[in-house]
Amino acid sequence: MNVFSIENMNLWYGESHALKDINLDIEEKSITALIGPSGCGKSTFIKSLNRMNDLIPNVKIEGNIKYKGHDIYSPDVDVNELRREIGMVFQKPNPFPMSIYDNVAYGPRTHGIRSKAMLDEIVEKSLQNAAIWDEVKDRLKKSALGLSGGQQQRLCIARALAVEPRVLLMDEPTSALDPISTAKVEELAVELKNNYSIIMVTHNMQQAARISDYTAFFFLGELIEMSNTDLLFSKPSDKRTEDYITGRFG
Amino acid sequence: MKNKKNLFENSIHAIFLILGLITVASVILISLYLIFAGLPAISKIGLKEFLFGSEWASTREDPKFGILPFILTSVYGTSGAIVIGVPIGFFTAVYLAKEARPAVKRVTISAVNLLAGIPSVVYGLVGMLVLVPAIRKAFGIPDGAGLLAAILVLTVMILPSIIKVSLTSLEAVPKEYEDGSLALGASPTETYFRISVPAAKSGITASIVLGVGRGIGEAMAVMMVSGNAPNMPALFRSVRFLTTAVASEMSYSSGLQRQALFSIALVLFLFIMMINAILNYFMKKDKVD
Repeated sequence: MNVFSIENMNLWYGESHALKDINLDIEEKSITALIGPSGCGKSTFIKSLNRMNDLIPNVKIEGNIKYKGHDIYSPDVDVNELRREIGMVFQKPNPFPMSIYDNVAYGPRTHGIRSKAMLDEIVEKSLQNAAIWDEVKDRLKKSALGLSGGQQQRLCIARALAVEPRVLLMDEPTSALDPISTAKVEELAVELKNNYSIIMVTHNMQQAARISDYTAFFFLGELIEMSNTDLLFSKPSDKRTEDYITGRFG
Repeated sequence: MKNKKNLFENSIHAIFLILGLITVASVILISLYLIFAGLPAISKIGLKEFLFGSEWASTREDPKFGILPFILTSVYGTSGAIVIGVPIGFFTAVYLAKEARPAVKRVTISAVNLLAGIPSVVYGLVGMLVLVPAIRKAFGIPDGAGLLAAILVLTVMILPSIIKVSLTSLEAVPKEYEDGSLALGASPTETYFRISVPAAKSGITASIVLGVGRGIGEAMAVMMVSGNAPNMPALFRSVRFLTTAVASEMSYSSGLQRQALFSIALVLFLFIMMINAILNYFMKKDKVD
């Protein structure tokens, strides 16, 4: 089953044509890695999937982005509801300046959950699913800003999970983390794909090779190729992909 | 050669130091002067009688120097301006920081800056010629000059500081926080009020304290619209503020009356000091957070 299918997508930032004629299907309950050199459009692409690009002035998008068969840019789409279903983890961990508990409870509260018992349960479950519960369970009321970078990022994952999304978009989620925290987040991503569809932008080709099921290679705003991760890394069909994954540029 | 250069550096250093000390010296001088000039009258009149006496009749045969009416007028007047001005200023700041289109924002900010630059005597003049007659007609009272007119003039006068300081701190909220909230499916309005405003809380509080300071220290504009009679404050009654009490009698005062005016200035000074201390507290808190 495809969770996303993208047809003939083009995106402009003002005059600059940032994404060119992208066609791509994303399989549910799997990890899809988007790789490519800086400025190739992979982050722009991922931000189109939950319409975070709406916040940037002068963005124009053409083509079709279908989430579960429905065009997410059609006028009847409730953007807030869409973003609830398609969660996002950012490059730089961005916990809110409030307690760990309130960070995780923020989303559920926004969506109308008031009961203390229910919130307690969601917070605990989300933190457990993000593999950080044991580290923070004794200091839930302490500020989230006191956590280490790696812990903050897992807290942000927990915060995203707390609204029960179907998809998790991760925009270079480990680029600001040390190797041990990176390993933890990677492990977590593999764990989460049993229940969520994960789309991850990464700069790190080893990371894509290690944990993703599918890999898409972007270059200069174009999708050069996408295939099974093992296949893409062993037998890339395009010369540019081969050059990139063998480290000839980027 | 080397020594010459050192001499030059040292003299520049000394000049800057002296210039810097002028400010510090002024503050110390003013504080000491106010304390020495203000204390004698208080000790003659009695602290309790001075602060809590409800009658001010400085030129009577048997003079009374109770400044409670002035203190209360200053407190009520400033509080009134804060109660009306803070919501207006705060929501304006939120609107400018988060919603306004660039052109609207530019025009509004220029207007706010201009408002901040208008001399207070002009505020007073407009208040006297427009606001006071309007109040008289609207409420059918013999004279529109009084506490209400003063509150309204002060409200407009404190708006610029509230808007500008709140706006600065709202704009300093990292975009990552707002993105995080929106990405969770929160609406923009929810994001402003649950993420941006709490994150800018100390700056917004500081803007209010700044407004209080501006309100309590204002003399000229309120003197022109408040009627300037030393009554206990009421909305439609002619009143006198701490500032205007000093300003209106200083030119012809003498003896104990003159000393008492210095004591009023001392009380005003203490109010302002207290407000500054509160302001510093919030500024410092902002840095720690």
